[in-house]
Amino acid sequence: MFGHSNKKDEAGYLSAKESRKISKENRKITEGYEKLRKRKNVDPSEYACEMRDPNNAVEFDDVHTYFFTDTGVVKSADGVTYDVPVGKTVGVVGESGCGKSVTCLSLIQLLQRPQGQVTGGAIRLNLGDHAIDVTKAPEEAMQKIRGSEVSMIFQEPMTSLNPVFKIGEQIEEVIELHDGKDWTKEQIKARAIEMIETVGIANSEGVYGMYPHELSGGMRQRVMIAIALACNPRIIIADEPTTALDVTIQAQILDLLRSLKDKINSSIILVTHDLGVVAEMADYVVVMYAGRIVEKGTAEEIFDHPAHPYTIGLMASKPVVGKKVERLYSIPGKVPNPVDMPNYCYFKDRCELCVKACDGEYPHMVRLSPTHEVSCYRYYDNATASAATATSAALDDIIASGASNEGEDK
Amino acid sequence: MASTNATVDVTSAQAPAGSTDDVILEVKDLKKYFPIKGGMFNRVMGQVKAVDGVSFKLRRGHTMGLVGESGCGKSTTGRTILRLAGEKTGGEVLFNGREVYDLSAKEMHDMRTKMQIIFQDPYSSLSPRLPISEIVGEAVREHNLVPKNELNDYIDQVMEECGLQPYHKMRYPHEFSGGQRQRICIARALALNPEFIVCDEPVSALDVSIQAQIINLLHDLQEERGLTYLFISHDLSVVEHISDAVGVMYLGGMVEYGFTEDIFKNPLHPYTKALFSAIPIPDPKAKQNRIVLEGSIPSPANPPKGCKFHTRCPFAKDCCREVAPEQRELEPGHFVSCHLYDE
Repeated sequence: MFGHSNKKDEAGYLSAKESRKISKENRKITEGYEKLRKRKNVDPSEYACEMRDPNNAVEFDDVHTYFFTDTGVVKSADGVTYDVPVGKTVGVVGESGCGKSVTCLSLIQLLQRPQGQVTGGAIRLNLGDHAIDVTKAPEEAMQKIRGSEVSMIFQEPMTSLNPVFKIGEQIEEVIELHDGKDWTKEQIKARAIEMIETVGIANSEGVYGMYPHELSGGMRQRVMIAIALACNPRIIIADEPTTALDVTIQAQILDLLRSLKDKINSSIILVTHDLGVVAEMADYVVVMYAGRIVEKGTAEEIFDHPAHPYTIGLMASKPVVGKKVERLYSIPGKVPNPVDMPNYCYFKDRCELCVKACDGEYPHMVRLSPTHEVSCYRYYDNATASAATATSAALDDIIASGASNEGEDK
Repeated sequence: MASTNATVDVTSAQAPAGSTDDVILEVKDLKKYFPIKGGMFNRVMGQVKAVDGVSFKLRRGHTMGLVGESGCGKSTTGRTILRLAGEKTGGEVLFNGREVYDLSAKEMHDMRTKMQIIFQDPYSSLSPRLPISEIVGEAVREHNLVPKNELNDYIDQVMEECGLQPYHKMRYPHEFSGGQRQRICIARALALNPEFIVCDEPVSALDVSIQAQIINLLHDLQEERGLTYLFISHDLSVVEHISDAVGVMYLGGMVEYGFTEDIFKNPLHPYTKALFSAIPIPDPKAKQNRIVLEGSIPSPANPPKGCKFHTRCPFAKDCCREVAPEQRELEPGHFVSCHLYDE
């Protein structure tokens, strides 16, 4: 689907003519999607659906999110499948550009338009008495859901608040649009101040009238959380919520998120590259690499016996306080070009534990336990947790012997 | 590698790395205040005490980690040592036994080759209009470190050492990824064959796997060239990995410093304890006794009297509110500024 010829010259650059041709084709495709989304008065039955399991808050089912760029189609999420159970936290980890944020943005339908489009699969959202498929929902319906049912905490508190509006106005905006449609001004203000207090800001009346620049980074992130939680959403997407913060503030924010989540019984999708944060917060962990899920399972399973060589390598490359290692492991090679993906396992070229079968097509998911799945040929014959332990040991040996060629970032 | 390299004109003989009493950098009670200007004639209304009494010694070939929350003055300390932040307010910076701030402009110009800096953000610290060869080679030419006809080969060699390919030379910074840009920044610093490098959060902007590459690269270069690093970072696990000694800063002052093992095994200052307890551990079963600090870091323009940490310290006593604690050596090489350890 959407395969371009991608004729490139020897230096690897596209000619202007080729690039024009691609953008023309892209426009045709994206305009079709945009037309569908912009329809008015769509019958809700058109995007209604059934949850596979009513205990799930969100089900990502084979989601394909593509970006139609002038150099070709970037498959940012290429068949992503995972569930978010009600009241649980799912941690999504991976390097930058692996598609973890894009998957979440597909759920809230805030992708960079018109290049970014969900081209296949379903994202089923449980709304209590009924469920909808957000990939089919028109913009009109999404506006009602965003902020009230699904909300997002963005990465950079410095840039995601509007500098020309007061904190109070920014929190009130979301309440006014959803829960407080028929409320009076005083009620809305009371709710906004209540939210500022809930997120642990002492001087709530004062902060209500302040501008974002008057607050510190931690305070701004608290305000972001207040905005996200103002309408008691079912799902909170936290996209690197603490990456820009200090450890002490990070600990405070994580505590806050955890307690608020329990208070309103919502689910959290926690996108981060910090394995420590994931271990602390998440019940389930999803590891993504180059747009696909390479491994998923409960937090204990992933941290106790990680199975995929990528997961093991990722864990070995981060120093841990209290564990002295001579030399950090660095995964050799680099992520394949997203416009031009290989037809075998995407990790094969960087993997130090390749077997013969790895030359074949992309490996499917193998079940190690009812909750633990991994996409790797090493487990085709022996799908057990002990096989995972053996894999870790094998990679540890390679790391210890220093035989691994140093990761060259070319 | 540097010692075998005949093309580089090393003016001062390099001492062997790690010889015990060879102190390359000594900082004594360093102070750097920034004026707050305002009012009708831009009068000085007050002062931000960014660095307020920092002292430490750094041995040749060692790495000193500097940790603390943002705004505690880590980066300003690094820049003040390099004389990059204007005049200091007080104290001494002795580099190889010479006061850096007493050097004339000419001497300072020459001294710059000995002390270099790697900045945090590889996206904004490279000029977008210069090709890599110019970024790396500009300062080498300025300082006449190698003869003109050898400059090209020299740049190739430095780039190769930092894991860059010679054919990258004519490219511009925007053609590189974050990790590669950080390699370019390292190459730029290394090209001058320095003795001492301030690494100001060199891996904070990078991905985990790239972080490991850059940390390993810094480590290798240190072994090859006997470099001394001042490694500024807020990532405590990285600092523990790379440093021989660690200094913990709070609100412009150094509350604790000593060897990495001592500090991490036996943190003494209440702030250090709280800071370390906040580190998330990648193990879902690990139970942490987290010490949560109340309140937020006070403004450095108006720091609290006495011990600066007393407003948030769970063990604050009366004397903490009045008298600033002295730095005292509790174990050999382990210094703490805290009244809790007064006899």
